[in-house]
Amino acid sequence: MISIQNVNKWYGDFQVLTNCSTEVQKGEVVVVCGPSGSGKSTLIKCVNALEPFQQGDIVVDGTSIASPKTNLPRLRSRVGMVFQHFELFPHLTITENLTIAQIKVLGRSKDEATQKGLALLDRVGLAAHAHKHPGQLSGGQQQRVAIARALAMDPVVMLFDEPTSALDPEMVNEVLDVMVQLAQEGMTMMCVTHEMGFARKVADRVIFMDRGQIVEDCTKDTFFGDINGRSDRAQQFLAKILQH
Amino acid sequence: MNYNWNWGVFFQSTGIGSEIYLDWFVTGLGWTIAISLVGWLIALVLGSLLGVMRTVPNRLLATIATTYVEIFRNVPLLVQLFLWYFLVPDLLPEPLEMWFKQDLSPAASAYLSVVVCLGLFTAARVCEQVRTGIQALPKGQLNAGYALGFTLPQVYTTVLLPQAFRIIIPPLTSEFLNIFKNSSVASLIGLMELLAQTKQTAEFSANLFEAFTLATLIYFVLNMSLMMIMRWIEKRVAVPGLISVGGK
Amino acid sequence: MDFSAIIPALPGLWIGMITTLELLVLGVCGGVALGTALALMRLSHNKTLAKIAATYVSYFRSIPLLLVITWFYFAVPFVLRWITGVDTPVGAFSSCLVAFVMFEAAYFCEIVRAGIQAIPRGQMGAAYALGMTYGQTMRLVILPQAFRKMTPLLLQQSIILFQDTSLVYTVGLMDLLNAARSRGDILGQPHEFLIFAGLVYFVISFTASRAVKHLQKRLAV
Repeated sequence: MISIQNVNKWYGDFQVLTNCSTEVQKGEVVVVCGPSGSGKSTLIKCVNALEPFQQGDIVVDGTSIASPKTNLPRLRSRVGMVFQHFELFPHLTITENLTIAQIKVLGRSKDEATQKGLALLDRVGLAAHAHKHPGQLSGGQQQRVAIARALAMDPVVMLFDEPTSALDPEMVNEVLDVMVQLAQEGMTMMCVTHEMGFARKVADRVIFMDRGQIVEDCTKDTFFGDINGRSDRAQQFLAKILQH
Repeated sequence: MNYNWNWGVFFQSTGIGSEIYLDWFVTGLGWTIAISLVGWLIALVLGSLLGVMRTVPNRLLATIATTYVEIFRNVPLLVQLFLWYFLVPDLLPEPLEMWFKQDLSPAASAYLSVVVCLGLFTAARVCEQVRTGIQALPKGQLNAGYALGFTLPQVYTTVLLPQAFRIIIPPLTSEFLNIFKNSSVASLIGLMELLAQTKQTAEFSANLFEAFTLATLIYFVLNMSLMMIMRWIEKRVAVPGLISVGGK
Repeated sequence: MDFSAIIPALPGLWIGMITTLELLVLGVCGGVALGTALALMRLSHNKTLAKIAATYVSYFRSIPLLLVITWFYFAVPFVLRWITGVDTPVGAFSSCLVAFVMFEAAYFCEIVRAGIQAIPRGQMGAAYALGMTYGQTMRLVILPQAFRKMTPLLLQQSIILFQDTSLVYTVGLMDLLNAARSRGDILGQPHEFLIFAGLVYFVISFTASRAVKHLQKRLAV
């Protein structure tokens, strides 16, 4: 579904991604973790071309991102993304947030889009809030709406960029629950997150990044089960994060 | 119709005395600078005074300053100029009125009106900047001044104003540039400043594109040089570590 | 002073007022439209476009409005003749309107630019991630938010433009000020009519700025 092939990216002289390669199969859930500044957010943003890269290629569902012929808006409309800071559109109601791209990008009718949006809103447990504006919802609620907004586009793959790290601790679980449910239904997912509980529960594979490189890329069982077999950097990271 | 481009027009005789058109521009620029600098002096002194008045703990002073600002900001500059030029002289006491209307040359009376007008108009704007600057300072500064035994006027002159002026240099700069641009209204009461000379050149020589291009260029260069001077002053008086606010 | 002559003159002054308001409304609409286009150019990744817009803005911000009005009054007929090849009479109103639109656009551009820059970067990413094009992102997501934030500044600039419309006096267009001046001269009461015009400008500007301040406070909460 996603094939990342030897991606290199520089900001000026500074190399943020070095020879990153991996594959995400259809229906697979891949968790990407690593210390801050390791390039994991940058890598996931390369997958839907929100960040340009200078070398290598990423192929999403048969479409090459590096190819100049690719229609990026069309590609992005098939890739769902959830952001750290939700990025709902504050000037629109929740319903409008859920329908605007369906109508303007996919060309769906207003009725069809609204029906679809409201069904998804119900699925994330927020049907009662359809007429509010994003600013009236809590962080956890906003993030659930953001997930519903991405799902409304019928994406073939979902990208999550630290979806819980801007949330107050008591709201993390309501968002993770939605993500777990999504994973169990067979959605292809690539998630940048530090939530190792989530990784243990639903991930098929774990990728560990450090200083712009993919250091570990293995199954969940190998990653958590055989800690001593992991690289030093991954061990240090796990030691810090698993203390709690 | 064909337009005869002639960039040499500025060096041609105007047909009046031995003057060439360029002389007109030089004279005009001289008036523009003379209006702006004197007007700015009035604006700066009066504006600072009003700005202080708006911040002191005295209702009456604050109300006077606020009223002043509201009046001078909400009446168009040109209306104000006409009031100063046509109406105010009639309201003066007899001897002053005679002096204004008969003893002064037309240019001098127009100059006097426009300088007063621009000075008072711009003072309202300077006032708002000064007030913003003073209010941007931490409240503790006032208390610290009091604690050292300063009187209120001393606190202002030694503590508040020196800091406030430093942080409002950027907005003051733009008011300073505005007064140069606004001085062009003087052309509407017959003072031969830069814009009036440009218009006259355009009409006399029929080379209107050249005339207006040169005028534009002069304003542009004037603007840039004044900005550089103000930046230089800002750097000269900068105090390391002092907060900078405003800027717009 | 005797203000009684003003009442019978009101219909004539009202016609002047309409000209003033027409200049204001059309000037603001055109200025905001052109200013928004300039702001998008200034923020674009295309260096040439950005440079053109930046030059435009600094050019118009460094010259007096009165100069622009005067110049355009002379130049617009010439330029039109060059383009169309025929004599097209251009009234003072049209040339003044062009001058206002082009001049104010430079100021509106800076307001719109600041407004766009105040929108968090992530909003752009989110809109792109949903498959929106640049045009859709700007039209549906960024500009609606930016305009909401900058409404007070746009209105403040419009109040300034309202006052600046009086400068059309220089080309003899019969706006409120000029209508009052000419009636005052005819009736031999220039002072009364001038004061009256000043009062009208004052009341409108003052009320409008009060309203804007009120709006600003409400938006700030």
